[in-house]
Amino acid sequence: MATIAPSDATEAVVTSPGKRPPRRKYAQRMYPRWFLLPGAVIFFVLFIAPTFASFYYAFTRWTLFDVEFIGFDNFVTFFTDPQLSKGFTNTLIFGTLTSGLKVVLGLLIGVLLTSEIWARGYLRAVVFFPVLVSTVGVGITFQALMDPYDGLINRALAVVGIDGPGWLTNPDLALYSIIIVDVWRGVGLAALIYMAGLVAIPQEYYEAAKVDGAGAWHRFRNITLPLVRPATTTVIILSLIGGLREFQLIWVMTGGGPGFASDVLASVIYKQYAYGFYGLSTAGNVVLFVVVSAVILPLFWWLNRKQTDL
Amino acid sequence: MTRRARPIALAGIAVAGIVLAGCAGGGGSSDDTEGPITLKWFQGSGVETNIATADALAEAFNASQSDIIVEVDASGPSDSAALDNLMKTRLATNEMPDMFWYNSGSLLQALSPDQTMLNIADTDFVSNLDPAWVAAVSTADGVFGVPVQTAGGGGFFYNIPMYEELGLEVPNTWDEFLANADAIKDAGYTAVEMTFGDAWTSQIVTLADFYNIWASDNDWAAKYTANEVNFADDPVAVQSFTKLQDIYDGGYLNEDFASALLNDGLEAVATGTAGHYPMLGFAQATIATNWPDNIDDVGFFGIPGENADEHGMTIWMPPALYAPANTEHPDAVKEFMAFVASPAGCDAVTGALGATGAYLVEGCSVPDEAPRIVADWGPYFDSGMIAPALEFLSPVKGPNLMQIDVEVGSGVRSGESGAELYDADAAKQAQQLGLEGW
Repeated sequence: MATIAPSDATEAVVTSPGKRPPRRKYAQRMYPRWFLLPGAVIFFVLFIAPTFASFYYAFTRWTLFDVEFIGFDNFVTFFTDPQLSKGFTNTLIFGTLTSGLKVVLGLLIGVLLTSEIWARGYLRAVVFFPVLVSTVGVGITFQALMDPYDGLINRALAVVGIDGPGWLTNPDLALYSIIIVDVWRGVGLAALIYMAGLVAIPQEYYEAAKVDGAGAWHRFRNITLPLVRPATTTVIILSLIGGLREFQLIWVMTGGGPGFASDVLASVIYKQYAYGFYGLSTAGNVVLFVVVSAVILPLFWWLNRKQTDL
Repeated sequence: MTRRARPIALAGIAVAGIVLAGCAGGGGSSDDTEGPITLKWFQGSGVETNIATADALAEAFNASQSDIIVEVDASGPSDSAALDNLMKTRLATNEMPDMFWYNSGSLLQALSPDQTMLNIADTDFVSNLDPAWVAAVSTADGVFGVPVQTAGGGGFFYNIPMYEELGLEVPNTWDEFLANADAIKDAGYTAVEMTFGDAWTSQIVTLADFYNIWASDNDWAAKYTANEVNFADDPVAVQSFTKLQDIYDGGYLNEDFASALLNDGLEAVATGTAGHYPMLGFAQATIATNWPDNIDDVGFFGIPGENADEHGMTIWMPPALYAPANTEHPDAVKEFMAFVASPAGCDAVTGALGATGAYLVEGCSVPDEAPRIVADWGPYFDSGMIAPALEFLSPVKGPNLMQIDVEVGSGVRSGESGAELYDADAAKQAQQLGLEGW
């Protein structure tokens, strides 16, 4: 579809929407509505249809060969599952901690990398680099680094006389070790969003504040922080959605283990699917969908309302 | 603009159509022409010894006649969960080649063999197979597979030089085992090696303890399937979990038990840094390959119970060769299966793998030159002190046993609590299978 490139004229229309309403109608005539059809068919068949089908299959016990309607049994089983409560709290811990750390660290790195420092361009590239690496690759690398005996981290700690813990093998630590890796991997994107937000703040505000005698902290607290709120909203929403749904990194690094110590909703659902509990895992996916929506939608509304108050 | 775009869009749709048509056309092989029939054997790519077995069987069969050619296609995923999903999808969509390799026992039931597989109950060669084997590849309505390897025991591998150095004897009760473990620990060695880095290895003590449950009640598996008994409430069965707790509580474990892998465990018990390693028989082939000088230093005994006179062994059935119900050449497939289930088939496997355990086909013999572990199974087989593992007697098997056993084996959860959690886990799976009484 990429071959149907808009002409220069339409691009101009697209880039200046709102200014001239009559020309937008012209653009609509340029592209007949049925042009949407191929995209819409693919979207409907591969996304909308399975989504709604899953709401039905969540109420069934199905193998690949037959389907039996069993009402709410799957949801009852899902919620009485002993490993679920663990997975549920872990999901919330993982989502909030990674999101919070990405906001704090992303903002700090963003401020640092928009200020006049040495090798700024290089540092920006370095901070963003982990975002480009495959999650599975990151997971396998850190699994090796965090090996309690042969891993580089504990070897390095041993040199300074510290007996490093079993980062991924200690049930109390495993989840937090993965959180650290996830933050390392995702903070570059948060910093990038912050940098975009920070450079958009007019320098005049800072100059005016300086003239009024505001120190660095006051300028940060009263100018930077309120004015990067749109960026903060974006970072929170993106990282929270990502965190609540995180699967790859956890699966590669611990498989939800040791035992069930680092299981999250997504890994519980995956395991149920792998065991052939298709109805049950579909129900789990519906629950995950509801949980993510229930957290994100009110938060999104609240954050955006704050933004318009400004 | 519009004039240019239209043909491109139509071309796009046409290409999509061709791609979709290509997807639908895969699978089935046809040969209307004269000449030998070609049978495809689909196989995962993960386990080298399995591929070697399949190749050896196909080669021997192809050399024995000229009407049928068996081709092994070992291009399946190496990861067992991915292979599992691919198998199920192929069977459900009738895309499975003429034959495939899959587990026997409880895992078979999840493939709904009655609907998807070729029933071989009416063939002559089924009567040559061991009854315990036939039970592991049957439903109420049919028999579906022939054994492609040998049955072997699961229990403790132990280091013979260490036993000799410390003057220990093979233990016949669990208390004797713990006493041996204490002696090894006091001598400064690792008494029991555990390798939870490969989480599945945590299950061996629990699963291999089944002989003791079976010895206490020969009908236990049937009652378990009917939901009349469970692990937590049965004083014998619960020991399958408390024994794992005993090993942790005794402080017998290697320091790196949480991250060590299967090969670390095999190396430890082969080279004498650890006294015991709970493992399944198939792993002796890895010792033979990686530590050939130590192969006769490793012996075997079944998980001991309470009664010294009843020290038996839990055995694992080999995987099976099955055919999908829709194969185009059912007679040719049955002919090949008859070969696999014959002494000539057994010899082909022996040629590929050496002596690995007991054959389940009448008339097959194990070569005299057997590694020590395989030789140690002999007395159990000879005296009949064997029971198939629970997964070959009952379709019920909770999928989270390895995670639960990692918790029990690392002291996070007590044995009793692990048994309760496992019962709940098994209930979910039984409901999924739609069994009576759950």
